[in-house]
Amino acid sequence: MENPGSTRRDFGPARAALDIEFRKVGKVFASRKGQFEVLRDFDLEVRKGEFLAIVGPSGSGKSTVLNLMAGLDTPTSGTVACHGHPITGVNSEIGYLTQHDSLMPWLTVEDNVAVPLEIRGIPKAERRERVRRMLADVGLGGFEHHHPNQLSGGMRKRAMLARTLIYDPPTLLMDEPFGPLDAQLKVVLQADLMRLWNATGKTVVFVTHDIVEAITLADRVIVLSHRPSRIKLDEAIAIGRPREVHEARFAPGFEDHYRRLWSAIEIGGAEKTP
Amino acid sequence: MSDGPTTPPSAFAGKLRRLDAVWFYRALFLVAFLGTWQLASGPLLDPFWVSSPSAIGATLVKWTRSGALQYHLLVTFKETATGFVFGAAFGILAAFVIGSSDILRRTVDPFLTAVYGVPKVALAPLFIMWFGIGLAPKIVLAAVSVFFLVLFSTIGGIAQADRKMVDALRIMGAGRFTVHRRVTFPSALPWVFSGLKLGLPYGFVGAVAAEMMASNAGIGFLTQNAAGQLDTAGVFAALFALMVVTAALNEGLGRLEHRIFRWR
Repeated sequence: MENPGSTRRDFGPARAALDIEFRKVGKVFASRKGQFEVLRDFDLEVRKGEFLAIVGPSGSGKSTVLNLMAGLDTPTSGTVACHGHPITGVNSEIGYLTQHDSLMPWLTVEDNVAVPLEIRGIPKAERRERVRRMLADVGLGGFEHHHPNQLSGGMRKRAMLARTLIYDPPTLLMDEPFGPLDAQLKVVLQADLMRLWNATGKTVVFVTHDIVEAITLADRVIVLSHRPSRIKLDEAIAIGRPREVHEARFAPGFEDHYRRLWSAIEIGGAEKTP
Repeated sequence: MSDGPTTPPSAFAGKLRRLDAVWFYRALFLVAFLGTWQLASGPLLDPFWVSSPSAIGATLVKWTRSGALQYHLLVTFKETATGFVFGAAFGILAAFVIGSSDILRRTVDPFLTAVYGVPKVALAPLFIMWFGIGLAPKIVLAAVSVFFLVLFSTIGGIAQADRKMVDALRIMGAGRFTVHRRVTFPSALPWVFSGLKLGLPYGFVGAVAAEMMASNAGIGFLTQNAAGQLDTAGVFAALFALMVVTAALNEGLGRLEHRIFRWR
């Protein structure tokens, strides 16, 4: 397949080039209604520097996959490794941008974004300077002293993104970060994300239910099946980089990607689970 | 783009007018209440039992002139304040120790609830036996009363801390202490405050109840003493003085709360 984007990064030897690796991972949740199996024999390799999007019907294990990567959930069987070693506790080598608003309402935007630096013991003066630059980068310059409840939904997302990027984690996990936003704002934030990510070479795992968003942003899109989830389709996206977010959907090949992904999800939706 | 700050509409002036009106109605209510009492006392009700605002006022003036009121109020205030500070501090501390472990919380919960259910006033004789008739038993009773209210309220607040916020912080690399300082404590703080506000009057109840049983000073002694002389005006005057102090302290706590929670 023709892939004009492949010149951007050079993948080294297979193992060393892996950022996150799932080996035969099973995950069973027990609840009052009984047990339900979310993942069974799940294998996944995320390469370093790759932008991977995960799509799938609701109720498939998308968020579970991210929580396993973050070490917030532990696999029932199999192993999940990050940067070459198995994840045993909460994984602080990643940044996790959740759907849920986790800004602390009692802190100003500046203090919220400074928390990861404070944890790392960075002196106050440097903290302030780095926070100021980061806020300007995400378009929140001038809102340092606002409290989260004084910001709009989009601005809170920006603040959360700033808080995740400021400590420079090599891997970013994003769980439908732009889900509840309106269409135009979504495109603006996607463009900002592309701009901020482009030069960094960070690995991104991006969960979304929006196929257009997945194709627009990602190097590779995987489709999960219904529970117990497996990878139904693994689609490399052949759209060159750097990409213009609002142009990507007119790129040659976009339509084919869309059709293939859509049918994979649709068939998944009609399928009866065992 | 809708990506702009949401500034709340400034209705400050209107709010101020509403507030003025409320104060006016409050004053009106007070005047009507005291006026009715004053007029009813004598023609309708026997002043021996119900006294009257003017008689109570006269007693208050008399006691203030002689310095008795200040002296007794100060004694009660000292007992309550000391008990309050100790009770609140231990309550918050214990809540964090208990609240930091789910197993521990569930283990001690039935015992705490059982002890909490005992009317604290019933402990007064015990404390008087243990600590004599000085300030100590009153302080302890006030402290115990405040302790449980603050403890339960704070434990409730800690349980309310947003799990997702805690997870977000741990992923950023935060240890237990940072999680407490940045998430658990601030999110429990409103509950701590409601515990403190609830606890304050109970602190006074504890101190005054212990005074009524065995003491020679304090508002509890003053009411008991006035009642012993069948001086209804004296009883009301002592209670009134206590009411004013409690209300003032509660107002102070409310202001402090408002300052701390400006982010809301």
